[in-house]
Amino acid sequence: MDEIFGAPGQLLASTIRNATPLVFAALGGMFSERSGVVNIGLEGLMLISAFAGVVGAFLSGSAVVALGFALAAGLIFALIHALMCVTFEADQIISGTAINLLALGGTGFLMVSIFGSGGTSPRVEGFGEVPIPLLSGIPVVGPALFSQSVLVYLMYVMVPVTFFVLFRTPFGLRLRATGESPEAVDTAGVSVGRMRYYGVALSGLLASLGGIYLSMGILSAFTEGMTNGRGFIALAALIFGRWNPIGATGAALLFGFALAVTFSAPQEVIPNEFLQMIPYVLTIVALAVFGGRAIAPAAIGKPYRKE
Amino acid sequence: MTEERTRGGTAGVGAPVVLEMRGVTKTFGPVRANDGVSITLGRGEILGLLGENGAGKSTLMKILYGLYSPDEGEVIVDGERAEIKDPKDAVSRGIGMVHQHFTLIPALTVAENIVLGAEPRKGATLDLARAIRDTEELSERYGLRVNPRTRVADLSVGEQQRVEILKTLYRKARILVLDEPTAVLTPQETEDLFSVLKELVADGLSIILITHKLGELLGISDRITIIRDGKVVETVEAAGTDEGALARLMVGREVLLRVEKTEAKVGEARLSAEGLVVRSGAGAKAVDEIGLEVRGGEILGVAGVDGNGQTELAEALAGTRPAESGVVRLDGEDVTRVGANGRQERGLAYVPEDRGTKGLVQDFSLSENNALKTYDEAPFSKWGWIFPKAMRRRAAEALRAYDVRPPDPDARAGSLSGGNQQKAVLARELSGDPGVIIAAQPTRGVDVGAIEFIHRQLLEQRSQGKAILLISLELEEVRSLSDRIAVIYDGRIVGEVGPDATDEELGLLMAGRTGGEKGA
Repeated sequence: MDEIFGAPGQLLASTIRNATPLVFAALGGMFSERSGVVNIGLEGLMLISAFAGVVGAFLSGSAVVALGFALAAGLIFALIHALMCVTFEADQIISGTAINLLALGGTGFLMVSIFGSGGTSPRVEGFGEVPIPLLSGIPVVGPALFSQSVLVYLMYVMVPVTFFVLFRTPFGLRLRATGESPEAVDTAGVSVGRMRYYGVALSGLLASLGGIYLSMGILSAFTEGMTNGRGFIALAALIFGRWNPIGATGAALLFGFALAVTFSAPQEVIPNEFLQMIPYVLTIVALAVFGGRAIAPAAIGKPYRKE
Repeated sequence: MTEERTRGGTAGVGAPVVLEMRGVTKTFGPVRANDGVSITLGRGEILGLLGENGAGKSTLMKILYGLYSPDEGEVIVDGERAEIKDPKDAVSRGIGMVHQHFTLIPALTVAENIVLGAEPRKGATLDLARAIRDTEELSERYGLRVNPRTRVADLSVGEQQRVEILKTLYRKARILVLDEPTAVLTPQETEDLFSVLKELVADGLSIILITHKLGELLGISDRITIIRDGKVVETVEAAGTDEGALARLMVGREVLLRVEKTEAKVGEARLSAEGLVVRSGAGAKAVDEIGLEVRGGEILGVAGVDGNGQTELAEALAGTRPAESGVVRLDGEDVTRVGANGRQERGLAYVPEDRGTKGLVQDFSLSENNALKTYDEAPFSKWGWIFPKAMRRRAAEALRAYDVRPPDPDARAGSLSGGNQQKAVLARELSGDPGVIIAAQPTRGVDVGAIEFIHRQLLEQRSQGKAILLISLELEEVRSLSDRIAVIYDGRIVGEVGPDATDEELGLLMAGRTGGEKGA
């Protein structure tokens, strides 16, 4: 086993690294979809933030500024989605697709105008690994889980936090209610539009954490199209995990594992092309098997119009 | 004509007035939904608001609850002019509303539904324990029994209604508006509801009850305001009036509350089912081993509370939903594996319960709708071509015969009122001289005039020897038209009675209690 997939510790560490952007994006998607707005724009939200983070780091040399850039980019793009879907009652799938195309084309264009050429950006100072004392000393598991980037630790924290927000706060109750029955929320005197804006905005912020982790946590540069379908895999993880933070995280870890296998298996044994298919095939299989039975928020995808 | 009757205004209100709506006018395009409507409500009073569908009752109440803003007129709560711009304003004035279509969220628990929008907090978190405690307290105080921890999806319709009432009480409502609250209840549940309402008014709340059921209002309300064509016709004391007088006021002319029915001349069995099992869209067993038989010249009524398998039964018999097991026979022939089109060719007419989505294509013209099932037959079609002229000519005849207004074959189906849409469905289904008719809720949401017409048509078909299966939630309708009544509960026929069965007898069956327990 070891010679094929590397040491179990390495595989676990790689699983965590690959799952982290998926977890962030899935948690973000959860806020959006629980409020009733489908967000297939996660891919674009991650991509634009991955790029904005690198630009921030390039200009300032500071990771904090980079993070600010990424969050702002994710938020702005998410608000565009909210404006389309909530205010203008546009088709949510079309708006999400537009976000994805805008991010892809926009980053390609800005690559040239900012860095002078397409492809890959100059290297920037990324988020380095920060081993946590004591915990990182645990054999095998320690280095894999606790010798990671700050963003990974933030991911660990965000999972219970989103769970708590969703199920233990008035905000969470209202958000869940909005995705299930906007009419009921409206008659209860809560603004449906505002809840949906919050939901979509949160999805932008969380997805941007996933995005910046891709460009500055795993790599230290931006590459065009580097999200490579991860936003859609995160969406699948969200459905697979039944719109629940714990479930979505579990599903994201599974997909992260599949990605890790792809990267760590040696190409001499299995052709590379087949390996690279694994996460996507797994996504299709998971959706085919569990997608039908998953219970989506009842009012998802439907614009709400007061009579 | 009774002496006690008073004309509008405040006369007749003994207690202090808690709510007054004065000269309320609301227009939608050319339609005056409310035209200078004034009502008053006294403290501790139950005011009945009576009117046909489309008379303007719901519009008036939506104005009161801030869902519509009136063009003219004012609302006075506790002697003070109230600007009610949205439901929030209404709630803060102590107005609560139980809508006809519940605004509950099935995926959430009872307590979560009740506190939504006015959540008890502990710091920044939701204090669910207190939400549950508060719910329990309220439900105990007014006899609104329901478990706060249950998910609303698992509640019966009657229980859901209790949650709706609790929701308003939790928000400290002093004026409670109930829109057609008994439409979905069994007679026993209705009684339970009314005793809760009495409890509430005894506690000082005031209630407006909207309904088109005359009998109920007489039993429970203190005064009744009758609305017709957007205007208040009269306000009467409930004690000094009767059903006939109310019906006259509501419709504006004499109405036959009971249709005249001739003796049934029963023939052979034409539609029958044996051991029919049908699953609902969600996969649950909606029809569970139902057997029934409808003979020529009779109307078999199926009575029951909404959601007990009526929809699935009708669709399985009509062939639009597959039967999992069992046999359906049309004139003795096994048609279980025959599709809807084949059954229709064998003489089955089907009036679906939802005319808006299943009976008509809203964006098609009436002539296209009329040919929807026979477009591929002569004279509408030959050699793969369709002939719009023939379709239009046939439609014009059918529309006139069934009094559809306007009788214009080119009119868009969606532009017609509910009653006329239903008559258009009837025109299509009955003009082909079918042998068997399945009529699912043929008069739902239809005005009294159209109801009378539809009832007469069904009885006319019966006297021609057709076999008719009538599925309806309106007990009165089933009773007045049927020769036999089968009661459906939880997907089973739990009993069969004659049309002269008492309310109590039917009510117990509709609640699923059969034979042996009847005396209890």
